[in-house]
Amino acid sequence: MSSAASPLLIVEDMRVAFPSRDGGLREAVRGVSFTLGRERLGLVGESGSGKSQTGRAILGLSAPESRVSARRLEFSGIDLLNCPPKQRRTLRGARMAMVLQDPKFSLNPVMTIGAQIVETLRAHRRVSSKEAKAQALAALESVRIDDPARVFKLYPHEVSGGMGQRAMIAMMLIAEPDLLIADEPTSALDVTVQLQVLSILDALVKERGMGLMLVSHDLRLVSTFCDRILVMYAGRIVEELAAGGLADARHPYTRGLMACLPQLGASTHPLATLERQPEWAL
Amino acid sequence: MNSVSSGALGLEVRQLRVVYDGFTAVDYASFCVAPGESFGIVGESGSGKSTVLRAICGLAPKASGTVQLVGGSSGEASAAQPTPGSKAFSRRVQMVFQDPYGSLHPRQTVDSLLAEPLAIHGIADAETRIERALNEVGLGQGFRFRYPHQLSGGQRQRIAIARALILEPQILLLDEPTSALDASVQAEILNLLEELRRLRNLTFIMVSHDLAVVTHLCERLLVMQRGHSVELLAAADLAARRVSQPYTLSLMQAASGFRRGQ
Amino acid sequence: MSHSNPSTIASQPAPGNGLSLASAAALSAHTPHPAGQSESLCAWLMSEQPRSRRQAALGRAYSGWRTFARNRLALLGLLIVLALGLTALFADLLAPYSAYSGDLRSTRLLAPSWSHWFGTDDQGRDILSRLMLGSRITLFVVALVAVLAAPIGLLVGTVAGYAGGLVDAALMRITDIFLAFPRLILALAFVAALGPGIENAVLAIAITAWPPYARMARAETLSIRQSDYIAAVRLLGASPGRIVLRHIMPLCLPSLIVRVTLDMAGIILTAAGLGFLGLGAQPPMPEWGAMIANGRLYVLDQWWVAAAPGAAIFTVSLAFNLLGDGLRDALDPKAAP
Repeated sequence: MSSAASPLLIVEDMRVAFPSRDGGLREAVRGVSFTLGRERLGLVGESGSGKSQTGRAILGLSAPESRVSARRLEFSGIDLLNCPPKQRRTLRGARMAMVLQDPKFSLNPVMTIGAQIVETLRAHRRVSSKEAKAQALAALESVRIDDPARVFKLYPHEVSGGMGQRAMIAMMLIAEPDLLIADEPTSALDVTVQLQVLSILDALVKERGMGLMLVSHDLRLVSTFCDRILVMYAGRIVEELAAGGLADARHPYTRGLMACLPQLGASTHPLATLERQPEWAL
Repeated sequence: MNSVSSGALGLEVRQLRVVYDGFTAVDYASFCVAPGESFGIVGESGSGKSTVLRAICGLAPKASGTVQLVGGSSGEASAAQPTPGSKAFSRRVQMVFQDPYGSLHPRQTVDSLLAEPLAIHGIADAETRIERALNEVGLGQGFRFRYPHQLSGGQRQRIAIARALILEPQILLLDEPTSALDASVQAEILNLLEELRRLRNLTFIMVSHDLAVVTHLCERLLVMQRGHSVELLAAADLAARRVSQPYTLSLMQAASGFRRGQ
Repeated sequence: MSHSNPSTIASQPAPGNGLSLASAAALSAHTPHPAGQSESLCAWLMSEQPRSRRQAALGRAYSGWRTFARNRLALLGLLIVLALGLTALFADLLAPYSAYSGDLRSTRLLAPSWSHWFGTDDQGRDILSRLMLGSRITLFVVALVAVLAAPIGLLVGTVAGYAGGLVDAALMRITDIFLAFPRLILALAFVAALGPGIENAVLAIAITAWPPYARMARAETLSIRQSDYIAAVRLLGASPGRIVLRHIMPLCLPSLIVRVTLDMAGIILTAAGLGFLGLGAQPPMPEWGAMIANGRLYVLDQWWVAAAPGAAIFTVSLAFNLLGDGLRDALDPKAAP
């Protein structure tokens, strides 16, 4: 579970606010606090819960008009909010990385996959182009792509969703970061491909001892994959669960969320629906 | 209420083939949907399931095969049934699309979206019908003059359902109606669909990649892979794991989630 | 599932689980509406629950206006264009002197002064008055070209884009033919055939202005055609004509409006160019381009004769450009309305 040493990431009372239509500020993330060690943390919530914004704020990738504040936002001892932007940029990619949802939109469509991976590597390490290419091919192999040399030369639109996502993972992990934030990495993929991608992530995280934060809307999938689960609602964390501890969930939102999912062979007619209580958003 | 008097309608698809530029999207699919039945088509991306649905209603070109409506009031002969693409067909068969953000015209209010089908078919008393349609899908009259961007995903999908049902069709095609929605909203929409089917005696043909959703709503299903029909079985059999094809089994196993160390 | 609007969801009664249809209807009846007279106009326009078609359309227009008004330069552009319109409308009342007759003995080539703000030209006519009267011609040219070229371009483009196949190919080749004509050369040809005059100049400009609009409308139509809402309305039994007219054209309008506004500057300059060549408005019409042509003979010593109409053309062209930019930002469907 959590490492005995100090945690990789410490987040205390983080808030992300956006300017709203009528001139005020609307908080998408309202006081989120958690720590992340070298473990797998799942952040689950529906759309509008603020989970994606949390991940982006940690990496410093929030929209320019947003305001991010926190009592403490530390990565490996470095204060992320007050460090110089140059340092933040160096950290990004080299020590903190992010995998996004749809490789169609997150990979550069006019560069070959190989070129993008090489570019990422050379942005963080001084290597010759021959060495970079060799490392890129090795990275593609590590994500179980059968013919790395062929895929190296392909463009993102020429590969399937699953392969594109694996290429994205290879690209993000080539600089060997300590922390990986995966924002709905499998939502755009078929079920069978989802499991393949997750098992690749599983292997890589275990091998390299990385910290992984998996952001998703799929409570069941996250509960089978992660060590700890944080449930978010309306910008707050409402519950924390251990792996496989879904049945012990106490917050009515989590219970309601689980109850409203149709089950193969055990569905109720009609399905239970989630009656949102205003006090959950407080 | 309305179309019950004309009786439920079924559908027969025989040797349907859809080819796009040399790529075979659907390779000889055949199945029958009995009047009043709820039929599901399951598969992953590229399986051709959505293409089958579009070919049924004439939105995708058929290379070969037939789509025939069966049953109906006073047992009309098959030859007398309207064919896909005709106006009469659109009064019998309607579709709810997957993406609630893309299936409503961004510049039209809910009111004009719902008035459009009535205007096309020259149906009178639009006022009452629009009000009734909104009530049926659980939305109040306050939604009537909103634009789609002012609605949430679940609300948009309800409008899409209202639009599909305002012409009082007997067959409803559902193309992954809940896959773009949150889990809690999905439950509401599935309940709504079930209730509407019961009230109006509709025939459903639903396409999904989610086995749990399909077995919840449908009685029989067709499993497709890369354009080919793999297996035709009852939902109850799938739930009880009485499947004969390995692909179907692999879909079921994948649906149960990640297994550590695999 | 990346977009949601919690404020919208929160302000609505929960849609219910489909079973309580009657209670949902009852709920809507009890949804609090602000009292008619006491709500301000602003609140009425910005209401999340419009109660009529008119309120919804006005609310949407108001919201677009607010986005537009946030851009100061665009507002400036709009003001100048409005000023142009008003000047053209009330030119007779506003012009201090006659634009057509001048006294060759006493008022010839006077420098700008308090009595003649922009001086006088070689015929002794007050330049300011001529500019004001000339604004009518400018507006006439711009409006006529917009009214002629834009609808033709929109129609050709949307029909070509939606029909595809042979119709598309034929229409696009016709568009290509018209696109091949250089504007000024065509104007020369018209003048040679029909004689000089402002109407022929307008015709020449309009004939060469519509092809880019057709191309743009076709490109938009090609992408709109794939969307689910068009598929849905096809499935409802709508005829292709209805789809193009009621569903596709309204979506092409914003970019068309922006493009036409940005083109206005070019149209004004082309009309001025034709006037400069003597092919557009004929003397003594105070068309700005012709005024510059006239003034070029005196540009060294009496610079104001050419500079004043030049500045007017510059200002109005700039105004249309700024307006077009502002409109593009306000009408962009991707920006939150």
